[in-house]
Amino acid sequence: MSEYIEWSALGQVVLFGLIVGAGLPALFAVGVRALAGTGARDEDGHVRGSRAAVAIACFAVIIAAIVGAIVYIAAGGH
Amino acid sequence: MPSRPDTARSWPRALVGRTTIVPVNEPVLLVIVVATALAFDFTNGFHDTGNAMATSIATRALKPKQAVLLSASLNMVGAFLSLTVAATIATGIVDSGVVTLEVVLAGLAGGIVWNLLTWLLGIPSSSSHALVGGVVGAALAAAGSAGVLWDGLISKVLLPALIAPIVAILVASVGTALVTRLTKDVPQESNDKMFRWGQIGSASLVSLAHGTNDAQKSMGIILLALIAAGAVPSDSSVPFWVIVSCALAMALGTYTGGWRVIRTLGKGLVELESRQGMAAETSSAAVILLSSHFGYSLSTTHVATGSILGSGVGMRGAKVRWGVAGRMFSAWLITVPAAGAVGALFYGIDTFVGGDVGSYVVFGLLLISAAVFYVLSRREPVGHHNVNHEWEPGEQADEIVAEAVEAHDVELIAEGTGAGAGGKRDQA
Repeated sequence: MSEYIEWSALGQVVLFGLIVGAGLPALFAVGVRALAGTGARDEDGHVRGSRAAVAIACFAVIIAAIVGAIVYIAAGGH
Repeated sequence: MPSRPDTARSWPRALVGRTTIVPVNEPVLLVIVVATALAFDFTNGFHDTGNAMATSIATRALKPKQAVLLSASLNMVGAFLSLTVAATIATGIVDSGVVTLEVVLAGLAGGIVWNLLTWLLGIPSSSSHALVGGVVGAALAAAGSAGVLWDGLISKVLLPALIAPIVAILVASVGTALVTRLTKDVPQESNDKMFRWGQIGSASLVSLAHGTNDAQKSMGIILLALIAAGAVPSDSSVPFWVIVSCALAMALGTYTGGWRVIRTLGKGLVELESRQGMAAETSSAAVILLSSHFGYSLSTTHVATGSILGSGVGMRGAKVRWGVAGRMFSAWLITVPAAGAVGALFYGIDTFVGGDVGSYVVFGLLLISAAVFYVLSRREPVGHHNVNHEWEPGEQADEIVAEAVEAHDVELIAEGTGAGAGGKRDQA
């Protein structure tokens, strides 16, 4: 089989696929939880500053990843 | 990296006029091949809309019409982003020496017929595999088994068809499991609201990548045909009209919406909610882009389908209809031989009739079969109006119902065919 499957390439796809393809959704979930999970809002109904900061950090990483992906597609790296 | 628009020049006139300006050896055949390549591009967009948009439609993150419009626009943008187009078809899979215009035509026709048949049956199937299959069949008919590079066929086409869904199921199920655990104490309403945005964003990336990858294939084929017919020099980059027409053909196909395939992907495999949809589309985008980056190209369709299955596997209590999935996997295994048989048949007809007339006949047969498929599809039409209707028990191979691996509901399994019961939350 080994002559038919490029194991190293496949391994990299799986490894980075998990990091990016599962990691980014998880990060998004962390952001959502920070904004809307229990304890996200103080008594006045405002989102607590610390929680908002966590959410913004998460979403910023995700937006950076999306921009990176678009640049990558446009650069013909596919 | 050659820049393209500079070399656009005025080839369109050369082609449309088909007479003077540039000496074209086989003008009629060339026109037919270009038209067929654009038709293939159309079916490609048409067939593959679901890969990007099925989940967004199923979870109602987007209205069906909005979704196909967004996907079509992004396909179009993606097609214009293609900076490097190579004049190749099935490189490393068939001997490039046997690839004549007749082989390309028969191969395209085989791919189109397979695309239309699987569309009629509502099965997502890889357009690139259909094309490769068609060309392999035509090459076999033209040059015998020596015309096909079997090692390349196995390692670049057949095995990846098995590997792609496995990788995607793995990534999407891990992603879904993480997401659902992290957000389990978040009110469903907030989850839906926010994850819909994530879903639209990730689905858009899939559309963009698809436009770039797949429109490029048709451009490559047309460029190859133009070079083969002597209409452009062999070192020419893609004429601008080719880019425009390929982008338009694919976007039009996407906008037409292969509703039958969208329905199967969005409603048939897994009852989806936004969190799963988001995890599935991100997994698809990541695996598709990474696989081409590491030089191990996986089919968009196989990855997208695997991701949707994975989003069912990874979610506690979600239902996966493995019967429907099994039908798809079988279709993927026979894509290459089936499209190949059609491609070989068309090539046989072409050479049997002979000359330009042979290509006319092939083109005519292709039009007739497309019409037949269309008429058959009208018997049970699926469109934007009913794409999201509940999946009926018995609709396609629906008898095998499995729970997510981590939460077997014995009662439900015993019930067996109670498939249509799930997903009531989706009726709104």
